[in-house]
Amino acid sequence: MKITQHSSAGTLTLILDGELDASSSVLLDTELAKPETLQFQKVLINCKQLNYISSAGLGVFISHLQQFQDAGVKLVFFNMQDKVYNVFEILGLDTLMTIVPSEEEATAA
Amino acid sequence: MKNALRISCSRVNLKAVRDFVAASLLDCNLSNTQLNQIILAVDEVVANLIIHANGEDESQYLDLAIDIKDQLFAIEIFDNAATFYSPSTYHEPDLTEFIRQGKRGGVGMTLVNRIMDRVEFTSNGGQNVCRLFKHLVYE
Repeated sequence: MKITQHSSAGTLTLILDGELDASSSVLLDTELAKPETLQFQKVLINCKQLNYISSAGLGVFISHLQQFQDAGVKLVFFNMQDKVYNVFEILGLDTLMTIVPSEEEATAA
Repeated sequence: MKNALRISCSRVNLKAVRDFVAASLLDCNLSNTQLNQIILAVDEVVANLIIHANGEDESQYLDLAIDIKDQLFAIEIFDNAATFYSPSTYHEPDLTEFIRQGKRGGVGMTLVNRIMDRVEFTSNGGQNVCRLFKHLVYE
Protein backbone atom coordinates (compact mmCIF):
# COMPACT_ATOMS: atom_id res chain seq x y z
CA MET A 1 0.00 0.00 0.00
CA LYS A 2 1.46 3.31 -1.08
CA ILE A 3 -0.07 6.71 -0.32
CA THR A 4 0.98 9.82 -2.19
CA GLN A 5 -0.50 13.24 -1.79
CA HIS A 6 -0.67 16.60 -3.40
CA SER A 7 -2.50 19.74 -2.43
CA SER A 8 -3.64 22.93 -4.08
CA ALA A 9 -6.16 25.67 -3.45
CA GLY A 10 -7.72 24.25 -0.31
CA THR A 11 -7.89 20.68 -1.60
CA LEU A 12 -5.79 17.75 -0.43
CA THR A 13 -5.70 14.74 -2.76
CA LEU A 14 -4.57 11.35 -1.47
CA ILE A 15 -3.72 8.71 -4.06
CA LEU A 16 -4.13 5.19 -2.67
CA ASP A 17 -2.17 2.48 -4.47
CA GLY A 18 -2.48 -1.17 -3.48
CA GLU A 19 -4.40 -3.07 -0.84
CA LEU A 20 -5.84 -1.45 2.28
CA ASP A 21 -6.06 -4.09 5.00
CA ALA A 22 -5.49 -4.54 8.74
CA SER A 23 -1.75 -4.34 8.14
CA SER A 24 -1.58 -1.26 5.90
CA SER A 25 -4.48 0.80 7.27
CA VAL A 26 -2.25 2.39 9.91
CA LEU A 27 -0.51 4.29 7.09
CA LEU A 28 -3.79 5.82 5.99
CA ASP A 29 -4.81 6.60 9.54
CA THR A 30 -1.53 8.44 10.06
CA GLU A 31 -2.20 10.61 7.00
CA LEU A 32 -5.77 11.46 7.93
CA ALA A 33 -4.85 12.14 11.57
CA LYS A 34 -2.38 14.91 10.73
CA PRO A 35 -3.68 18.20 12.17
CA GLU A 36 -3.07 20.05 8.90
CA THR A 37 -5.58 17.79 7.15
CA LEU A 38 -8.36 19.71 8.89
CA GLN A 39 -7.16 22.97 7.32
CA PHE A 40 -8.34 21.87 3.87
CA GLN A 41 -11.83 22.48 2.56
CA LYS A 42 -11.79 19.19 0.71
CA VAL A 43 -9.97 15.87 0.94
CA LEU A 44 -10.19 13.85 -2.27
CA ILE A 45 -9.34 10.15 -2.27
CA ASN A 46 -8.18 8.84 -5.65
CA CYS A 47 -9.12 5.14 -5.63
CA LYS A 48 -8.06 4.25 -9.18
CA GLN A 49 -5.17 2.07 -7.97
CA LEU A 50 -6.89 0.90 -4.78
CA ASN A 51 -7.30 -2.82 -5.50
CA TYR A 52 -8.69 -3.97 -2.18
CA ILE A 53 -10.24 -2.63 1.01
CA SER A 54 -11.15 -4.53 4.17
CA SER A 55 -13.03 -3.38 7.26
CA ALA A 56 -9.81 -1.98 8.72
CA GLY A 57 -9.53 0.47 5.83
CA LEU A 58 -13.21 1.35 6.00
CA GLY A 59 -12.81 1.82 9.74
CA VAL A 60 -10.18 4.49 9.19
CA PHE A 61 -12.59 6.53 7.06
CA ILE A 62 -15.52 5.90 9.42
CA SER A 63 -13.42 7.04 12.36
CA HIS A 64 -12.37 10.33 10.75
CA LEU A 65 -15.50 11.34 8.87
CA GLN A 66 -17.29 13.10 11.74
CA GLN A 67 -14.23 15.12 12.67
CA PHE A 68 -13.91 16.18 9.04
CA GLN A 69 -17.56 17.17 8.90
CA ASP A 70 -17.26 19.12 12.15
CA ALA A 71 -14.28 21.02 10.72
CA GLY A 72 -16.09 21.73 7.46
CA VAL A 73 -13.85 19.39 5.46
CA LYS A 74 -15.56 17.47 2.67
CA LEU A 75 -14.32 13.90 2.05
CA VAL A 76 -14.87 12.69 -1.54
CA PHE A 77 -13.86 9.37 -3.11
CA PHE A 78 -13.39 9.07 -6.85
CA ASN A 79 -12.29 6.59 -9.53
CA MET A 80 -13.30 3.62 -7.37
CA GLN A 81 -12.99 0.11 -8.84
CA ASP A 82 -16.25 -1.85 -8.94
CA LYS A 83 -15.06 -4.52 -6.53
CA VAL A 84 -14.02 -1.88 -3.99
CA TYR A 85 -17.28 0.04 -4.43
CA ASN A 86 -19.12 -3.23 -3.78
CA VAL A 87 -17.53 -3.42 -0.32
CA PHE A 88 -18.91 0.03 0.53
CA GLU A 89 -22.30 -1.12 -0.83
CA ILE A 90 -22.39 -4.29 1.27
CA LEU A 91 -22.36 -2.12 4.39
CA GLY A 92 -24.51 0.69 3.00
CA LEU A 93 -21.57 3.08 3.22
CA ASP A 94 -22.12 4.08 -0.39
CA THR A 95 -25.07 6.16 0.83
CA LEU A 96 -23.24 7.65 3.83
CA MET A 97 -20.08 8.73 2.04
CA THR A 98 -19.54 10.80 -1.09
CA ILE A 99 -18.34 8.58 -3.93
CA VAL A 100 -18.24 9.96 -7.48
CA PRO A 101 -16.93 8.46 -10.72
CA SER A 102 -14.36 11.02 -11.79
CA GLU A 103 -11.86 13.57 -10.55
CA GLU A 104 -13.82 16.33 -12.29
CA GLU A 105 -16.91 15.45 -10.30
CA ALA A 106 -14.89 15.12 -7.10
CA THR A 107 -13.39 18.56 -7.62
CA ALA A 108 -16.82 20.04 -8.30
CA ALA A 109 -18.50 18.26 -5.37
CA MET B 1 -9.56 -30.12 -4.82
CA LYS B 2 -8.07 -29.18 -1.47
CA ASN B 3 -5.51 -26.53 -0.67
CA ALA B 4 -3.79 -25.76 2.59
CA LEU B 5 -1.78 -22.90 4.07
CA ARG B 6 -0.14 -22.30 7.44
CA ILE B 7 0.65 -18.78 8.62
CA SER B 8 2.02 -17.32 11.82
CA CYS B 9 -0.18 -14.82 13.63
CA SER B 10 1.08 -11.59 12.12
CA ARG B 11 -0.95 -9.05 10.16
CA VAL B 12 1.70 -8.99 7.46
CA ASN B 13 0.53 -12.50 6.49
CA LEU B 14 -2.92 -11.29 5.46
CA LYS B 15 -1.66 -10.70 1.93
CA ALA B 16 -0.52 -14.34 1.68
CA VAL B 17 -3.96 -15.46 2.86
CA ARG B 18 -5.71 -13.38 0.21
CA ASP B 19 -3.38 -14.69 -2.48
CA PHE B 20 -4.02 -18.26 -1.31
CA VAL B 21 -7.80 -17.83 -1.55
CA ALA B 22 -7.53 -16.13 -4.94
CA ALA B 23 -5.32 -18.91 -6.29
CA SER B 24 -7.69 -21.62 -5.09
CA LEU B 25 -10.59 -19.95 -6.92
CA LEU B 26 -8.63 -19.20 -10.07
CA ASP B 27 -10.31 -21.85 -12.21
CA CYS B 28 -13.84 -21.16 -11.00
CA ASN B 29 -14.61 -18.38 -13.47
CA LEU B 30 -16.16 -16.06 -10.89
CA SER B 31 -16.96 -12.40 -11.39
CA ASN B 32 -14.36 -10.04 -9.97
CA THR B 33 -16.91 -8.89 -7.43
CA GLN B 34 -17.77 -12.36 -6.13
CA LEU B 35 -14.11 -13.36 -6.03
CA ASN B 36 -13.27 -10.23 -4.07
CA GLN B 37 -16.15 -10.83 -1.65
CA ILE B 38 -14.92 -14.31 -0.75
CA ILE B 39 -11.34 -13.09 -0.37
CA LEU B 40 -12.63 -10.29 1.87
CA ALA B 41 -14.68 -12.58 4.11
CA VAL B 42 -11.69 -14.85 4.72
CA ASP B 43 -9.38 -11.88 5.29
CA GLU B 44 -11.79 -10.45 7.87
CA VAL B 45 -11.98 -13.66 9.87
CA VAL B 46 -8.25 -14.31 9.69
CA ALA B 47 -7.48 -10.73 10.77
CA ASN B 48 -9.79 -11.19 13.76
CA LEU B 49 -8.17 -14.51 14.70
CA ILE B 50 -4.69 -12.99 14.43
CA ILE B 51 -5.49 -9.83 16.36
CA HIS B 52 -8.18 -10.83 18.86
CA ALA B 53 -7.92 -14.58 19.41
CA ASN B 54 -4.15 -14.86 19.26
CA GLY B 55 -3.04 -11.39 20.33
CA GLU B 56 -0.74 -11.11 17.29
CA ASP B 57 1.49 -13.73 18.89
CA GLU B 58 3.80 -14.76 16.06
CA SER B 59 4.65 -18.02 17.81
CA GLN B 60 1.04 -19.08 17.18
CA TYR B 61 -0.19 -20.44 13.86
CA LEU B 62 -3.37 -20.56 11.82
CA ASP B 63 -3.97 -23.48 9.48
CA LEU B 64 -6.25 -22.85 6.52
CA ALA B 65 -7.78 -25.55 4.32
CA ILE B 66 -9.94 -24.87 1.29
CA ASP B 67 -12.24 -27.37 -0.39
CA ILE B 68 -14.24 -26.56 -3.52
CA LYS B 69 -16.77 -29.13 -4.66
CA ASP B 70 -19.93 -28.92 -6.74
CA GLN B 71 -20.06 -25.12 -6.67
CA LEU B 72 -19.57 -24.99 -2.91
CA PHE B 73 -16.58 -23.11 -1.52
CA ALA B 74 -15.66 -24.20 2.00
CA ILE B 75 -12.78 -23.02 4.12
CA GLU B 76 -11.70 -24.19 7.56
CA ILE B 77 -9.43 -22.06 9.72
CA PHE B 78 -7.87 -23.83 12.69
CA ASP B 79 -6.10 -22.26 15.63
CA ASN B 80 -5.04 -23.30 19.13
CA ALA B 81 -5.75 -20.07 20.98
CA ALA B 82 -6.51 -20.56 24.65
CA THR B 83 -9.21 -17.94 24.26
CA PHE B 84 -11.87 -19.28 21.94
CA TYR B 85 -12.77 -16.53 19.50
CA SER B 86 -16.49 -16.20 19.10
CA PRO B 87 -17.83 -12.97 17.70
CA SER B 88 -20.46 -11.48 19.95
CA THR B 89 -24.07 -12.12 19.08
CA TYR B 90 -24.64 -10.60 15.69
CA HIS B 91 -26.19 -7.16 15.65
CA GLU B 92 -26.78 -4.99 12.64
CA PRO B 93 -24.37 -2.08 13.11
CA ASP B 94 -25.76 1.43 13.08
CA LEU B 95 -23.19 2.97 10.76
CA THR B 96 -24.57 6.47 11.14
CA GLU B 97 -23.89 6.15 14.86
CA PHE B 98 -20.45 4.63 14.19
CA ILE B 99 -19.59 7.66 12.09
CA ARG B 100 -20.93 10.09 14.69
CA GLN B 101 -18.81 8.45 17.38
CA GLY B 102 -15.71 8.11 15.21
CA LYS B 103 -15.80 4.37 15.84
CA ARG B 104 -13.11 2.37 14.08
CA GLY B 105 -13.88 -1.30 14.50
CA GLY B 106 -16.95 -3.44 14.46
CA VAL B 107 -17.93 -3.90 10.83
CA GLY B 108 -15.71 -6.82 9.81
CA MET B 109 -18.03 -9.61 10.94
CA THR B 110 -20.96 -7.78 9.36
CA LEU B 111 -19.14 -8.08 6.05
CA VAL B 112 -18.49 -11.78 6.65
CA ASN B 113 -22.09 -12.53 7.59
CA ARG B 114 -23.45 -10.64 4.61
CA ILE B 115 -21.10 -12.30 2.14
CA MET B 116 -21.02 -15.94 3.27
CA ASP B 117 -23.93 -18.37 3.26
CA ARG B 118 -22.86 -20.00 6.52
CA VAL B 119 -20.39 -19.05 9.24
CA GLU B 120 -19.51 -21.44 12.08
CA PHE B 121 -17.17 -21.08 15.05
CA THR B 122 -16.56 -24.21 17.09
CA SER B 123 -14.07 -25.32 19.72
CA ASN B 124 -13.02 -28.85 20.54
CA GLY B 125 -10.56 -29.51 23.33
CA GLY B 126 -7.98 -26.87 22.59
CA GLN B 127 -8.46 -26.62 18.85
CA ASN B 128 -10.75 -23.94 17.47
CA VAL B 129 -12.26 -24.01 14.00
CA CYS B 130 -13.95 -21.36 11.93
CA ARG B 131 -15.79 -22.69 8.89
CA LEU B 132 -17.09 -20.48 6.08
CA PHE B 133 -19.28 -21.69 3.23
CA LYS B 134 -20.31 -20.00 -0.01
CA HIS B 135 -22.24 -21.27 -3.00
CA LEU B 136 -20.40 -20.08 -6.07
CA VAL B 137 -22.12 -18.41 -8.99
CA TYR B 138 -20.17 -19.10 -12.15
CA GLU B 139 -19.99 -16.47 -14.87
